[in-house]
Amino acid sequence: MADATGAEPRVVTEADRGGVLPEPGAAKPDPILSATGIERRFGGVVAVDVAHVEFQRHQITALIGPNGAGKTTLFNLLTGFDQPNAGEWRFNGTSLSGVPPHKVARMGMVRTFQLTKSLTKLTVIENMRLGAPDQRGERFFPALVKGLWSSEEDEITARADELLERFKLDHMREEFAGSLSGGQRKLLEMARALMGSPELVMLDEPMAGVNPALTQSLLGHVKALREEGMSVVFVEHDMDVVHDISDWVVVMAEGRVIAEGTPTDIGRNQAVIDAYLGTHHGEDLHPEIVEHRRLEAEAEAEALEQSAEGDSDDDTAERP
Amino acid sequence: MNWNLIFTSIFSAIFIKETIFYVLGAQGLNIHYGYTGLMNFGQAGFMAVGAYGLAVSVETFGWSLWVGILVGIGWAILLALLLGLPALRLRGDYLAIVTIAAAEIIRLVARSESTESVAGGNSGINNFAGAFYDLNPWVNTRRYDFGPFSYSGQDLWIQAVGWGVVLLMALLTFLLMRSPWGRVLRSIRENEDAVRSLGKNVYAYKMQSLVLGGVMGALGGIVLAIGNQSVQPDTFATRTTFICYGALILGGAARVWGPVLGGIIFYVAFRGLDVIIRQMEKADIVPESIMTSTQSGVVRFVFLGGALMLLMVFRPQGILGDRKELAFDG
Repeated sequence: MADATGAEPRVVTEADRGGVLPEPGAAKPDPILSATGIERRFGGVVAVDVAHVEFQRHQITALIGPNGAGKTTLFNLLTGFDQPNAGEWRFNGTSLSGVPPHKVARMGMVRTFQLTKSLTKLTVIENMRLGAPDQRGERFFPALVKGLWSSEEDEITARADELLERFKLDHMREEFAGSLSGGQRKLLEMARALMGSPELVMLDEPMAGVNPALTQSLLGHVKALREEGMSVVFVEHDMDVVHDISDWVVVMAEGRVIAEGTPTDIGRNQAVIDAYLGTHHGEDLHPEIVEHRRLEAEAEAEALEQSAEGDSDDDTAERP
Repeated sequence: MNWNLIFTSIFSAIFIKETIFYVLGAQGLNIHYGYTGLMNFGQAGFMAVGAYGLAVSVETFGWSLWVGILVGIGWAILLALLLGLPALRLRGDYLAIVTIAAAEIIRLVARSESTESVAGGNSGINNFAGAFYDLNPWVNTRRYDFGPFSYSGQDLWIQAVGWGVVLLMALLTFLLMRSPWGRVLRSIRENEDAVRSLGKNVYAYKMQSLVLGGVMGALGGIVLAIGNQSVQPDTFATRTTFICYGALILGGAARVWGPVLGGIIFYVAFRGLDVIIRQMEKADIVPESIMTSTQSGVVRFVFLGGALMLLMVFRPQGILGDRKELAFDG
């Protein structure tokens, strides 16, 4: 799959795809999360209109698409932070329709945010402790008596310290989270999400605003989640990253899922390239904006093709 | 100028029942605004239902004082639920609007003619706290002097109990805020969505915070009602809420002792300015052309406002606050 090696132009085999067809809405053997007929309108604008999509368990699935494709909106809908106008979606077979976000998280689907939501005036270790679910000391009356929750707090702190060490944040333990760099905040947010031992981790642009040195370490951590048996869905713009770590790619454009497949499939998919190039020709836009969008889209498509060709020299691939 | 009177008034104001009133109001706001980030602009409403809950129970329904205190607290809980149910689901500024409006509604209903038979209208309800002063270990009518402090036996009794309540609330705040429960509250203040994404029921925590802080405010109203043996609707004007905010920010928000220290300093300054200005008037230090006697009551607010502005410029975190905590935003 993505971490397979080989310099020659690769032929994607059935085995690579795990028997799943590279087409929008493809059925997976063991989906952890599936959605059908999801529609979200903002006024007259249809932001998301997904007929069907499934996310395979124990895999890293990338959700890509040009700006405004509805990726983050879909994320918000799936995690309960927003409710769709129509549709049904299931996590581990349980319908999540109308389930509030905190209950979704308790069920084992934890998300992070595109703009990090570190609790800046809490220390790093307190951020981590907050991530532990169902704490006795978080209830009003037991909170008053330290003896009732101090041993649990010690266990939580031990777990938190382990994770901080793994994410190389242990030296920042007592600092306010607000004093961390952007990349460190991304790491902290990911580590904090893991305090709840989730089954499915939803990462919204985990690499955005992270310096290249830290990107590799973040990528390593995401891969490690899969090795530990978790499933990961992430939104990403950087094609190198997508090629590097994802087992499966879902492409969205204008609210719809337009393609699915392995990273190599996607790099060759004409519909995807068209989506990135844009279909704004007929639109009544200022010519400068159209030109700007065209250049942007071309650059993105180029990056997409390039990384499709040089598929797996991942670690040395230069980043824009 | 009578310096002796000035000093006695200023020192006595440290422990006076009005100070307790504002300190308890500010302690409640510390839970709401300082720790949870809730914009409650209607703390005066919570203080009013505490005071009126007690006074109406005793005077109108003839219940005992102790039942009346419980009724006052119960009304505060009810008010918090009533306001929180719709407003806590919405963005923060809605809570501010809803609470400030509710507090004014409560005050206007209390002073309206239509409720005069229950709430006493403009002049309020008087002389209902006799049962409290029957338990006074000091002599109610005697005057006690300790150095610069001078209080009546009645004042001593309500002050002893009132400051006991303040200490109890400070202890409660300390115990709660060092616990994981307090950590969730502070996290909600920083970012609600992050807390939601970690599986905490943000709405339930905000409601608990609103109830707890509201009850503290109600206790302030109850202490003042017993201390004055009277409740008047205009004690609970919007100004009261903002004096409590002033005290909280002066002392330092999200600090256990912030509202206590801030409340004392605020009220002592308020009282002190009043006495000093009156004395200056009597001594004819300020000519009529600069300040007439009717203006003097307002001038203290001008000074106090100016002092708060200076505080915000030079020490925005308050006296006990941590500057580092103010350094990050977002």
